[in-house]
Amino acid sequence: MSRHTLSVLVENVPGVLARVSGLFSRRSFNIESLAVGPTEHPEISRMTIVVSVEEQPLEQVTKQLNKLVNVIKIVELDPGSSVQRELLLVKVRADASVRSQVLETVQLFRAKVVDASPEALTIEATGDSDKLDALLRMLEPYGVREMVQSGMVAIGRGARSITATAVR
Amino acid sequence: MTSAKTRQNPTPETSSGQRPKPAPPNGAPVRATGAQALVRSLEAVGCEVVFGIPGGTILPTYDPLLDSTRVRHVLVRHEQAAGHAATGYAQVTGRTGVCMATSGPGATNLVTALADAHMDSVPVVAVTGQQSTGLIGTDAFQEADICGITLPVTKHNFLVTDPAEIPRTIAEAFYIASSGRPGPVLVDIPKDVQQLTTSFSWPPEQRLPGYRPVGKPHGKQIREAARLMTTARRPVFYVGGGVLKAEASAELAQLVDRTGIPVVTTLMARGALPDSHPSHLGMPGMHGTVPAVAAMQRADLLIALGARFDDRVTGQLSGFAPEAKVVHADIDPAEISKNRVADVPIVGDCKEVIAELTEAVDQAESEYGSGDLTEWWEQLSGWRERFPLGYDWPSDGTLSPEYVIERIGQLAGPEAVYTAGVGQHQMWAAQFINYQRPRSWLNSGGLGTMGYAVPAAMGAKAGAPDRQVWAIDGDGCFQMTNQELATCAIERLPIKVAVINNGNLGMVRQWQNLFYAERYSHSDLGTHRHRIPDFSLLAEALGGVGMRCESASDVDSVIERAMEIDDQPVVIDFVVGKDAQVWPMVAAGTGNDEIMAARGIRPLFDDDEG
Repeated sequence: MSRHTLSVLVENVPGVLARVSGLFSRRSFNIESLAVGPTEHPEISRMTIVVSVEEQPLEQVTKQLNKLVNVIKIVELDPGSSVQRELLLVKVRADASVRSQVLETVQLFRAKVVDASPEALTIEATGDSDKLDALLRMLEPYGVREMVQSGMVAIGRGARSITATAVR
Repeated sequence: MTSAKTRQNPTPETSSGQRPKPAPPNGAPVRATGAQALVRSLEAVGCEVVFGIPGGTILPTYDPLLDSTRVRHVLVRHEQAAGHAATGYAQVTGRTGVCMATSGPGATNLVTALADAHMDSVPVVAVTGQQSTGLIGTDAFQEADICGITLPVTKHNFLVTDPAEIPRTIAEAFYIASSGRPGPVLVDIPKDVQQLTTSFSWPPEQRLPGYRPVGKPHGKQIREAARLMTTARRPVFYVGGGVLKAEASAELAQLVDRTGIPVVTTLMARGALPDSHPSHLGMPGMHGTVPAVAAMQRADLLIALGARFDDRVTGQLSGFAPEAKVVHADIDPAEISKNRVADVPIVGDCKEVIAELTEAVDQAESEYGSGDLTEWWEQLSGWRERFPLGYDWPSDGTLSPEYVIERIGQLAGPEAVYTAGVGQHQMWAAQFINYQRPRSWLNSGGLGTMGYAVPAAMGAKAGAPDRQVWAIDGDGCFQMTNQELATCAIERLPIKVAVINNGNLGMVRQWQNLFYAERYSHSDLGTHRHRIPDFSLLAEALGGVGMRCESASDVDSVIERAMEIDDQPVVIDFVVGKDAQVWPMVAAGTGNDEIMAARGIRPLFDDDEG
């Protein structure tokens, strides 16, 4: 199994997320992550979907997605030629005895502290999933009290735009 | 037997056959309620008949519907039947069928019919009422999230929240349902949206940025397919329902005559090429003919046209047509290489694909010479001679169901429309009736919906009033939807129903006989032992003519009597033996090489052994 990142441009209409996610579950395709948000065109939303499948089923995924009337365009983004990011918010136990060590880790990963209390720090970090995994491994010994992570968002490198041709 | 008698039936105001085509509506906007806009939109898209039942949230629409002179409404007795009738209408006419229901249970009753139309790619538009926008999401009376419920069983669906959007939505719904790979589309309209005043104009602007069906095939793939077709030694055309949907029967016959390549037509494609055509080997699949199944298993090239490699055709996929290269043409790109990888994928409308293939074959033959299929046809003819379709008369002296169905086909002829339920009678009707033209065989192939026959026949009769329409039904199936005989009687849709009454859920019984050690768990309906219901009396009660036939000598005369009655539905209760089985058969989960021509006889498997 290999991971694939799909950028899916969809009409910004009610129910479109249910149509896409329903298709994945109905056809037994596993979604690793899904993020959805606006684009520079108000009538178009963009989903970034990460799936773990072989080549053949991936073709089925994209063909089935393309059949959805509200799906306008699908582009697979290669990790080598795209920027892929996730956002992590993690609340770590950090009393006075370990706080400086935690802060050192934060700096090392170019993350930042977004909230502090005497017992804990809340850290915000962005990066690809490898970087965030590494950060989490470093923080785990101090005690992760709570964490939340976004789905991946991704954009191709270079000047080309996948939305430019999707809008007429 | 009961004799035909004349009944005073209310005459419907108009008959669908004589209605003039709707004039193109005036483009200037006029004031209208959402409901009026809906009815005018239905008129404008050319809808001539709606099958439905009114109820609370769709009542605003039923009011202007009463005044429409272009749209006939057929009041059915159950919404499932409205859906199947719309499907039958669409399959027989090629136009989009329309059904209508209220919110909640009305809408959920449509679900089976929509799933059925989805699996068989039938263009249907369902219009449902919905609770008023302010009540949506509050579990209001008769509220159901029908868009959510039908998401997996429709091609697309809409919830309309602004009355101004009604004309555009209806136009888009019909366009989506009927273009590309056809399918059902549901339009859900809240009651307040139907009541609000808006402005209506036609034609509306359509906005479907993500919907671009492909029609024209790729020239390079066509040339490659033609090259394979001229160089193959054992090619077979594997023809599916897409050929009927594309109205490509004439093109197909031309290509077949041009190439001499043998043809199989699937359950959904019966009639796409006349059964009498010398290149026609019959139906492939679980209950296909030995020549059709054997041809595919031994082929070196399959040219799939509008077919989808369904499991009922392929058997165990790993053992299906092991030596064949595959050319796969379909209008739906997602079907290509879904189950079996295609060596030459062709996305396009079958009418264009087949026409272009015929041209390309000329070119290919001048380059590669024409293939010699003599040896192949010798082999095929051998299978044909040794394993023709046939049946035995029951040893207990009861009536043979196959004989009954065969005689109906012979007496009613190729211009009649035949619908079927699901089970043994469906397979026999697919096997023993000769289909000579498109749109003469209507059945539930993909979903396998018991109860499809009667409402589909009703819809077919509404769409083709001049053709004789026969529902070949089982006693199990008939008990699921026979209430529509009342509709047929009152609406003057004189269909003929042949109940192949073996007293059992016959296909279930067959499987229990073969695979469950003859333990007949809950498959005996008691129809024989108790004669409950008495189908002949039931037919009379529902406004039809009832007859019964229990012996071979009466078969022709009851069929002929039924054919003489043209002002009422007719039901013939054919009491047949319960032990007849559908053969040939590829048992579920086995490979097609293990096809049994009859119990214990495996022509292909034994060939290999020997």
